[in-house]
Formats: sequence, C-alpha cells, structure tokens
Amino acid sequence: MKILKGIGYAVGLPTILVLFWAVATAGEANFFVPTPATLLATFAETWFGDRILSDVLPSIGRLIVGVTAAIIIGIVAGLLIGSVKWLRDLTEPVLEFFRAIPPPVLVPVLMLLMGITDSMKVVVIISGCIWPVLLNTIEGVRAIDGVLSDSAHTYGITGRARIRHLVLPSAGPQIMAGVRQCLSIGLILMVISEMFASSSGLGFTIVQFQRSFAIPEMWSGIVILGLIGVAMSFIFQFTERRILRWYHGLREVENAV
Amino acid sequence: MPSETTDKNNVTKPAPAGRTLQNNDAMLSVRGLKKVYQTDGGPIEAVRNLTFDLRAGELACLVGPSGSGKTTLLKCISGLMAPTEGQVLLDGVQVSGPPKKMAVVFQEYGRSLFPWMRVRENVELPLKNQRIPKAERDRLVDEALEAVGLSHVPMSYPWQLSGGMQQRVAIARAVAYQPEVLLMDEPFAAVDAQTRADLEDLIRTVWKKLGVTILFVTHDIDESVYLGERVIILSSSPTVIQEDLVIDLPAERDQLNTRSLPRFTELRHHVYEQIQLAKAGHRPAAAAR
Repeated sequence: MKILKGIGYAVGLPTILVLFWAVATAGEANFFVPTPATLLATFAETWFGDRILSDVLPSIGRLIVGVTAAIIIGIVAGLLIGSVKWLRDLTEPVLEFFRAIPPPVLVPVLMLLMGITDSMKVVVIISGCIWPVLLNTIEGVRAIDGVLSDSAHTYGITGRARIRHLVLPSAGPQIMAGVRQCLSIGLILMVISEMFASSSGLGFTIVQFQRSFAIPEMWSGIVILGLIGVAMSFIFQFTERRILRWYHGLREVENAV
Repeated sequence: MPSETTDKNNVTKPAPAGRTLQNNDAMLSVRGLKKVYQTDGGPIEAVRNLTFDLRAGELACLVGPSGSGKTTLLKCISGLMAPTEGQVLLDGVQVSGPPKKMAVVFQEYGRSLFPWMRVRENVELPLKNQRIPKAERDRLVDEALEAVGLSHVPMSYPWQLSGGMQQRVAIARAVAYQPEVLLMDEPFAAVDAQTRADLEDLIRTVWKKLGVTILFVTHDIDESVYLGERVIILSSSPTVIQEDLVIDLPAERDQLNTRSLPRFTELRHHVYEQIQLAKAGHRPAAAAR
C-alpha cells in the first residue's frame, strides 16, 4: 500500500502535465509543438535504433567518465588542500580564478589543443564538474570538529586511518552536496561539448534536428536529456541515502529536540 | 605540604606545592609545567608552574575555579599540546605526542564519538587501528561494554542514545583501549544530576576493577571529594597548585552514606574554602613572588 502511494505521488504530476499538454495541443496543429502521440511515435523511431549505439550511449559514457573523474580528482585534491594549511593559502586565489571561468568558453581552446576527440569532451566535463566537489571537500575537511579530531589523535588514529575513519566520513555531507551540483553541471557540459564541430552525440543530434526543422525529433532529444537527468538524480539519492544514513538520522534527532 | 625542593630554578619560580614521588614510583609526573599562549593581544600565561606526581593506580581529582587552566593542563598532559616549559613523564618517558598508554574522556561526549559508527565500532576502532587480532578485540569490546552497562545497544548509533549513555560509550572506548593512565576532562559536566551520580560510581568501579591511574578534572567540589583519593586544588590563572589534599574517606563509597559522613562535609568545606580563596586571588605562600 505504502509503495503504491509512493508511486502514485511520483507519477501523479507528470500524468497531469502530459494530459494538459494533450488537451492544449489537441485542437490546432502548431508546427513547433508536437502532440504527445506524435512525440511518442517520433521518440521510438528516432532513438530505438542505431542512434542508441552511435549517439546516446557514447554521450552517456563520456558523461560518466567525466563526472567520475571530476569526483575522484575533486575529493583527492580537496583532502590534500583541506588538510595542509600552506597549500590552502597557496591555492585559494588560483582556485577562485579558475572556478570563475565558465567552462563552455574553454571548448574552442581545448578543441585546438586536443582536437575534436572524446578526451576533449571529457576534459570539458571535468573542467566544470570538479569545482563544486573540490571546494566542498576543502570546506568539509576544514570543518572537522576539534574535539573529534583530538579524540582520534589521543587514540593514535593518524595518517591513513585518520583520513578513512575521520576526515572522509566527517566531510561526507559536504562532499555529497558538491557531487549533487557536479552531476547537473556534467549533463549541461556533456551537451555543450558536443554542440561545437562534433559529428555524433546527443548534443550534436539535437542541434542537427533543430537546424533541419525536425521539430518532433528535436523535442524527443530534449526528453531524453530530461530522462537522463532524472535517472542520475535517482541514482544519486539512492547512494546518498546509503552513505549518509547516519547524517540524516543525526539531523532528525537534532531537529526533534 | 612538601618542603621546598632543590630545584635550581627555585629562586625565580614559585616552589611546587604538589606531592612528588621517587622517580620509579610515579606513573605520571608533571614537572614545572608552564603554558603561555601567544595571542594577538600579547602572551597569556594560562599555567604558571605545576609539579605533581601520580602513583600507579591512583585516582586523583583536579579542581579549580573556572578559567584556571584545567583544560590547558590536561591537553599538555595528554600530549595534544606542547607545554611552553617543563615536562610530562608517563612511566618515566617524556610525553611529546598522545602516548599509547593513555586514554582521554572529554566533556563533550556528543563530539567525541564518531557519529557515523555504531556503538560497537566506536569502541573497537582504536583497537583495530592497533591491529589487535579480531578474537581479542571482540573480547575487549564485549568486556568494556559490559563494564559500563551497555551490552544491549552495540548496534545503535551514539546519537540514538541519551547523553549519559553516550558518555558511557566514551568510557567503554577508553576502557577497551587498556590505558595505564585515564584522563577525564569534566566528563560529567553536561549530564543530569542522577546520571552523574551513576557515572561517578561507574568510574569508582572501573577504577577498582582495572587498577588504572585516573586523573579526573572537574569544577564540582562534591564530585572531587566523593571520587578522589586525593584532590589537587588549582589556583586561579596563571595557575599554580593551591593545595594537594589527601581524601581520607573509606575506600568503599556510596552516594548516600559517604556524602553524609562528617568527614566528607569537612573535606568538602575545606576544598570549598580553598577554591573561594583561589577565586579571590589568594595564592599559596610558596607561590608568592
């Protein structure tokens, strides 16, 4: 019963929105806005074919590689910079500078330097995704409780054990907040990296449809992007709930008091 | 009060008022400890000169008015902070970082346990870190949880427990670590009065059972007299020892009878007076400059 209710809430609003859309587009035929039925039909014929292999999966693959690399590099560098005071003082202004640069402006430069390759696209994704993870990790590491740190120290928990049992879990909530931002930036950059001088990928395909006035096809591509975003968000929430179960429990107890 | 020592700095520094022992008898020795904090507003002398010894298996309480540098002293003894002058010796070896034979229980139980670990994991982690074999680890953890009366909640998270129970977990973690010296920094200051009485008795029980040396820092005069075999009274800051008092109460103590003994009242009275003197800025004769 509880599960049914949950599903009801999850699909309720989407159903209403689709119905509204169907009613609104039922009367006249607007060239730029397809009906749900048209879109569904186009969706199937556009994407359930070669395009899955040639465009969708490679795009998702680059997204996963880029986002994963950004998360790993961000956490490792964040742990290092957050733990070492002089390194923090040294890197802070530089990090602020690089963070301020919008990654799309790097695309033409990277294209010249690396060519129109998969690695170029992955680098674009990393260059934008790394910041929230890196900066949040640094903040999380800095915010470790003094008493907890002293406790660990008196029990001889130092070096790698300290990172594993104290620093990482303690910075966990902050790191996860960074990862959440990183995922949405990743999706945006995945599309952008394929919009310039590319010959395959979701971003390229959608732009191609736009230019050839294949309007329902273009919409179906946008729908795919939305679905990828939803899937990423679900995976994230599921993982976050597992990793930070203690944190949510602690927060509930604190709020109840 | 012990006579003046032959310390060569005797002329410039106040003489130590704490009880000292022959070198090989002392488990913990504090010698001429001084701590000066360098701040933007100039140096602040928190601890001026402290010298005392703890015999192996002794339970001593440190009391002092608030702001008398109790926490500073404890941090220096536990090796978390380096003293400006003087030294701390544990079993004859100078303390330069947190020693393996020492465990510390902090006042802020909510911030000294790992909230991402269950009770059992919290107690087990220091042992795991020392690579103690699993079988022995399990035995130590079980015994420690049993000793503090928490065998029934090993799978709970600390934040699911009451304050008193959390502090019990912290004590169990210290007990399982098998320290020779246990430092406690106002461990019961943040729990309610009834829990506090239970925890005081728990400390006496654990102390008798394990024969561990305990230095118990508190601002509560009753608590110090009830718990200790000895009470070291600190002056106000910059701290020296105001008095080193032997508590000659019977070894078997309980909350009702011990606290109603005439001797308990006398001792409590005496400590109270000394603390009041300390607050008023009075300093022991030996420390006057």
